[in-house]
Amino acid sequence: MTEPRVSVRNLNFYYGNNQALFDNNIDITTNRVTAIIGPSGCGKSTHLRVYNRIFELYRNQRATGEVFIDGKNILAPNIDIIELRRKVGMIFQKPTPFPMSVFDNVAYGLKLHYKLSKSKLAESVENALRQAALWDEVKDILNKPGTALSGGQQQRLCIARAIAVKPEVLLMDEPTSAVDPIATAKIEELVERLKSQYTIVIVTHNMQQAARISDFTAFFYQGYIVEFGPTKKIFTNPDKKQTEEYITGRFG
Amino acid sequence: MKKHSLLRRKIIDGVIKILSGMAALSGIAALAWILFVVLKKGLGAINWDFFTQLPVPPGMEGGGLANAILGTFLMIALAILLGVPTGFLAGIYLSEFGQNNKFGEIIRFSTNVIMGVPSIIVGLFVYTLMVVPMGHFSGYAGAVSLAIIMLPVMARTTEDMLTLVPNELRESALALGAPRWKVTLNIVSRAAKKGLITGSMLAIARVSGETAPLLFTALNSPYWAKSLNQPTGNLTVTIFNYAMSPYHNWQKMAWGASFLIMMGVLFITLAARGVLRERVK
Repeated sequence: MTEPRVSVRNLNFYYGNNQALFDNNIDITTNRVTAIIGPSGCGKSTHLRVYNRIFELYRNQRATGEVFIDGKNILAPNIDIIELRRKVGMIFQKPTPFPMSVFDNVAYGLKLHYKLSKSKLAESVENALRQAALWDEVKDILNKPGTALSGGQQQRLCIARAIAVKPEVLLMDEPTSAVDPIATAKIEELVERLKSQYTIVIVTHNMQQAARISDFTAFFYQGYIVEFGPTKKIFTNPDKKQTEEYITGRFG
Repeated sequence: MKKHSLLRRKIIDGVIKILSGMAALSGIAALAWILFVVLKKGLGAINWDFFTQLPVPPGMEGGGLANAILGTFLMIALAILLGVPTGFLAGIYLSEFGQNNKFGEIIRFSTNVIMGVPSIIVGLFVYTLMVVPMGHFSGYAGAVSLAIIMLPVMARTTEDMLTLVPNELRESALALGAPRWKVTLNIVSRAAKKGLITGSMLAIARVSGETAPLLFTALNSPYWAKSLNQPTGNLTVTIFNYAMSPYHNWQKMAWGASFLIMMGVLFITLAARGVLRERVK
């Protein structure tokens, strides 16, 4: 078995004085899709938002414990946060195209991290858009604003933007909850294809989605990781009663 | 419980409608009246000489307000250079960094207070700050007092506009590895661009008609100002002086100056609305 890409040890998380995560321990396997499921408010997103330390935008949020990515504890104070965020990309619930052209949206992150010639930049943007299965739809409208695209296209634009900087891990926080079923199917296909190159962690409300696209599933409840294992096992033969009750729709 | 009759409800409804309609009408009527009178009397004073000639002594016919037009223009331009960037940066601080801390709260409260300070107080403040030490009135002092009036307006509109930008946008730029200052300038400000342009235009319109702060700072002058380091002719104080004078020609010039300022403010306001409307296309 290969080394896990992300190892979380004794992670606790606090919103002010409220503890939201309790002793989370989990190993995220390299180049596989790990789904995080659980009822609303159970800490799924909170957990995900530790991996790139995006929670630090808010002053009263605090994490303790260790999160190892490539052997380094990213919660340590001397971590280069900009390099961390290059390595760990994130896709949000709502598509968030930047107020600029389709091309510039994808180029923005590239320009932040790499010095590229004009032609090399254009090539990288095209590659990222191809990987995100968006190139054919936008190749003639690269100069139009990103906000002019449809919701599903915007979300794939955000995926293109995230993978353009060549991350190792992709965090997806309910990436399909704001788009229609057809766009959802496209994004799921995309996740399927991207996992050969990226380690993907996806938070989802949709249990069928977790069952369809993930290799491993973690069931969160009230800030605890109740059960974690291969998706097949979690959905067919879970060890814990709580997991079974949630999977079968008896609560949540 | 007794039910109110339908008729009674309809009467109350009608009365409220008429009262609120009349209140709205009275506001618009005052505006229309002012517009109409200034248009009628001011338009007559506007000619080529008005823009190119210096004022003439009382009793003489002709002349213009070229120096005052230039002076107002220069002082407003300098006030924009001083007030808009400072107000913009202050607004960025309030929205992006001072949301939940004591310093931000103090600044926010102070800007509210400064916005409520009568502009004549600002004029006196700059008088003691600049005019007294320098020993003379100057266009610089005028520009500074206008900038002080613009600053809080600009800071608060910037804060409001930036706060409207959804946090997801900030988060997704930060998550890409952008440093905070780049997120603020390239992403958040750009997303709020139209609101920011509108805000600065309204701040400019707000100071264009100010008289009191100039009275104590730039004063006025019937000559070309060699530099802004001396008393500088301007339209609003000219209106103040000329409108109160007994000379027919000066009164006519005052109407012309009023017309010019009104048109300027109207134009800026309409342009600001135009910028905002573009968003919907």
